[in-house]
Amino acid sequence: MAALIVISIGVLFNLFGCIGLLRLPDVYNRLQAATKCVTLGCCSILLGVLIHFGITDAGIKALIAIPLLFFSATVAAHALVRGTYHFGVKMSDKSVKDDYKEAVK
Amino acid sequence: MKYVAFFILGLAFWLLITFRITVPNVIAGSAASLICTLIFARYYFSSVGKLVDPRRWFWFLVYLFVFIWSCIKANFDVAYRVLHPKMPIKPGIVKIKTVLKSEFAKMLLANSITMTPGTLTVDIIGDDLYIHWIYIRSQDPEVYTKMITGAFERYIKKFVE
Repeated sequence: MAALIVISIGVLFNLFGCIGLLRLPDVYNRLQAATKCVTLGCCSILLGVLIHFGITDAGIKALIAIPLLFFSATVAAHALVRGTYHFGVKMSDKSVKDDYKEAVK
Repeated sequence: MKYVAFFILGLAFWLLITFRITVPNVIAGSAASLICTLIFARYYFSSVGKLVDPRRWFWFLVYLFVFIWSCIKANFDVAYRVLHPKMPIKPGIVKIKTVLKSEFAKMLLANSITMTPGTLTVDIIGDDLYIHWIYIRSQDPEVYTKMITGAFERYIKKFVE
């Protein structure tokens, strides 16, 4: 039962991440939603798998996947956003500040 | 010495992933972690003494709790911004300065910032971190540096450096 609740929370957060992907205005803001919500959503699902299987090989693998997912998601988000900026994608009209412009030149 | 530490960690990781202690499995794991040790060990562990210091592990656990808490906050923050009909966002890229010196510590700080509410690390150049912030709450560099790095910088300094 606990496993079911944790997995449901994970799926819900994944849903929020996807809604953010659709609604937010530009690449940078969309990546924020995609990184945070989807990472924690997947971690919740893996935690649910761990609770369901207990300390067996499948459970331990799910537990180990959590830190790997954290590191790969954050590094991938960084690489994507940096590449996007260098490629020349503009930030949306709502943006109020851009300190990175001087550093790129 | 650091090669030995790296080898032991690699073998432990292999055994956890496969979760089976048989002779062929341990031999295969030893071979795999030996290859990884020869290639990658020179990049890690400036000193092994730091790795076995219990005080550093204590601060690491404190950091882990702070990190998980801010992760959960980040999710509710994003959910609020996404589901709000008017979408309260005011995005921009700000520059902050860090006091951390080692590369590993900077990497950890950048990763932590990515997972905290509303911030995403764009680039690290020298001591400066460029952060994309979804809702800029202040225009004063000192105030927002404190807001973004917050507790992380202190704890990372304690257990890495």
